[in-house]
Order: sequence, then structure tokens, then C-alpha cells
Amino acid sequence: MIESPALEQVQQRHHKGIYDALVIGGGLVGSSLAFGLRQNVDHVAVLDEGDVAFRASRGNFGLVWVQSKGMGLPAYGHWTMSSQQLWPEFAEKLALITGLDVGLEQKGGLHAVLSEHEYESRVEFMKRLLDQPGMVQYDWKMLDRKELKDLVPGIGPEVCGASWSQVDGVANPLKMLRALHTAFVKQQVDYLPQHPVADIEFKNDVFEMTTPHGVVRSKKIILASGLGNQVLGKKIGLSVPVRPQRGQIIVLERTKRMLQMPFATLRQMDEGTWLIGDSQEEAGLADGVVGLPVLATLANRAVRTIPKLKEVSVVRSWSALRVMSKDGFPIYDKSSLYPGAFVATCHSGVTLAAAHALRIAPMVVGGELSPEITAFSTRRFNVQEAA
Amino acid sequence: MFKRLPEAQAEVTRNPVSVTVNGIEVACRHGDSVASVLFASGILACRDTPVKGTPRGPFCMMGVCYDCLVNIDDLPNQQGCMVLVKPGMKIERQQALREVQS
Repeated sequence: MIESPALEQVQQRHHKGIYDALVIGGGLVGSSLAFGLRQNVDHVAVLDEGDVAFRASRGNFGLVWVQSKGMGLPAYGHWTMSSQQLWPEFAEKLALITGLDVGLEQKGGLHAVLSEHEYESRVEFMKRLLDQPGMVQYDWKMLDRKELKDLVPGIGPEVCGASWSQVDGVANPLKMLRALHTAFVKQQVDYLPQHPVADIEFKNDVFEMTTPHGVVRSKKIILASGLGNQVLGKKIGLSVPVRPQRGQIIVLERTKRMLQMPFATLRQMDEGTWLIGDSQEEAGLADGVVGLPVLATLANRAVRTIPKLKEVSVVRSWSALRVMSKDGFPIYDKSSLYPGAFVATCHSGVTLAAAHALRIAPMVVGGELSPEITAFSTRRFNVQEAA
Repeated sequence: MFKRLPEAQAEVTRNPVSVTVNGIEVACRHGDSVASVLFASGILACRDTPVKGTPRGPFCMMGVCYDCLVNIDDLPNQQGCMVLVKPGMKIERQQALREVQS
């Protein structure tokens, strides 16, 4: 058994009493929520696990992405769009409080197609997506090879074009997580690592979280513990069907900035490194493993997109676990047993960060989720199956 | 700051491998890594970081930290600690970022 750190090593709390709001989970979702909560109430805490947690937020690709999202659930298209619109405000607030720039660039994004067949399927998919009744509308178009070449010099001979939308962009997810945690320090949010929650009880209108370092109390709580929400959700009477979906990423060495506009699976960071990503595997909790078949496929596609990348060395590769709900859409819900308890989980912790901070957090403070996000309630999973 | 052990120094004299570091000819030993040659010739900083231009030098000496990046025979971003010297090798301080011509 691993011993928990001695009490004196544990983060000192600024606030000794009952918190106004408390987030369980210190990743991008939990941190964005806590940041948002703190703009509305005085005493906020974040309970986090240690480094052994499955850290989806440390393995992120960092897209602030709209195109392709919302097939089968137009409300998700709207929600995503609302977050990308709030992102500049979110980044500006973070910069104002912390002095840190999170590398937000919203100058458009691309989805490359490498054959005529892919070109046709992409056009058909985007049309079908945006033709859904009630779907959010944004500017997009299919660029042919020549148009794409004007935008992205250096594309390979197999590239037939790309779908482009103005609303897509990127941020730097590591800088973002750092900025959020810096904001905690500046604004006296109690970030408490090594505080896995063993139990949640509701007594006299107050939630009591049992942790290895004692009980932490709060008037409102929101579960944002990714895959941990499955277990914690039950304690507030919510069934939260999420599963791990592994993604692998290849990192290339830093080079002078060449790719100004990101592809969904290939981007160059603000400081010059390249990320190649977007694999999806159902591989359980094995986030310590990368495998050549997937990495080779990722690399192959990247090199076909921009052949010059052949000369650029790989410096790292990693895998991380997306938090995938049963239908792939986010889950936001409130407990019907305990007023003041909420859950939030999604696999787009970067794209949706602005909405989490600036929209969900005020709803939690107010005690009610707004009707426009009822589509994301867990009730959608509780439909009786047809015989 | 660093100097070769007597046996290693003797081997340099006995059987030198000649490379250039920033244009200056340097004698080294078969089996030396580029990073160790930099240290042995008194060069602690081998590059300037691309973001802030801070000088950096070899740190981990085992391929992990990427702080020892140098230009080797005109190829930038080479890990000095992972490359062994060859006669005539041209080692140069790396400034700013590697360029990939599109």
C-alpha cells in the first residue's frame, strides 16, 4: 500500500471553513470550472488526485475545434460554437490574472483529404452535418488542391484538398493548464492534490468529501474527474457512462514556424514543435503504451500531407485516454437526489474550456443548469431498449 | 570546468580525430560524443533557445533533455550527446530554430 504524504506536506488551505463551491478533478475540465466558479464566489476548492491519475489533460492536442462536431446532436454544434466564441474572452481573463498567454489562435482550421474518395466523403459529411434541422451554421468550404496550396505551402502530391472553416483554431493545452493553476494561486483557489475522494455525503445542506487528509466541506460540488466520474457519480445518484478511448500523439522537434493554419490531425505549436495525432483505440486503461502500428499510420498521413516532415525528427510519442461518453457527447447534469451537486465530463476539455468557465460555472453557482444544455443530461442514456 | 582524464588525454595525443567546433579545429578521441568534445574544449553553451535566446548546453548526456542541440555538418537540431565524432565533422553552435523549407 502506498502511504499518503505526511500532513505537513499537504497544501495549506486558505479557507478553513465550508467552501462555496468545490470541484472534484484538477484537469482541464475541473480547472476551467474552478476558474469560472472563482469569478463568481469567494471560496473555491479543487480536489485532485496525484500523478498516478489518468491525465487526459497532459496528453491533449489542443484544438479549439468546431468543424465535424455535432452529427446526431445539433445542440453539441451550438455548444461547441458558443465555447469557441467565448474563447477570446476566456484567454484574455486568464492573461489578465496570470500574465500568461495560452497560445490561442483562431484563424481557421483544415481537415485534409488525401484522395478523391476522401474528398467526396468529406463534402458529403459536412453537408449532412450542417443540413441537420436546428444545426448551428458557420462558414466553411471545400478547398481544392490549388486553393489549399496557396494557404499551406509544402503540401504533398496526394493531397486533394481540405475542408476549411474560419471558426476553428488551436491553443497550447499545457500553457492553458499552467495558466489555470497560476490563477488558482493568484485568486486563492485552494488546489488540493493528493486528495482523492473516497466518499461524498450530504448533511444539513452541505456536502462532505472524505479524503485521505480529512473531510472537506462545500455548499456546491461539481464532479469533473473524467473517468473517475463513473464511481463518484453513483454517490450523488447519477449514472455517468464514460469509457477510456486511447489516443496517441507524435511530437516532432522544434522548427521555425511553417504551418500557420492547423490541420485536425497535424499542427505546429506556437513555439515550433509539431504534433501529429488523432488516433482512436478502445484499449482499456493502458495509457502507458504506444504502439508502432498506430504511430506509423499517424506518421504516414502526416508525411503525405507535408512531405518535408520526413526530415524532421520525432522527439517523443505518448498516449493518453480520452474520456468518452457512450455517445461521444459531453455530459452535464445535476443530481436529483442532492441539490447543488453536478457533473461535467467531455473529451474536448480545450475546446469547451471557455464554456465551462464562463457558462457552466455560473449555472452551478445559480443551482440550475440552463435548458439549452438539457440535451447533455444523463437522462439520454436511460431510454428503455426496444425488445 | 571539464578536463579529460590522463588516459583519455593521452589517447587524443596518440590517435587524434580532428573535427571543427565553430570553425576552430579540435583534436578529440575516437568514441567521443559531440557533447563531450564540446565540454573538453571548454564550450559549455552550444545553442541559444529559439523562444528567448537563452544560452544552453549539454545537460543529461543521455539523449533525454534535448539541451545539447547543435548543427552537425550543416544539419540542425542534432543531439550532441547521441552523435559520435567522425574525422572532419563540422560542429556549430545552433542559433534560433531549424528551418524546414517548404
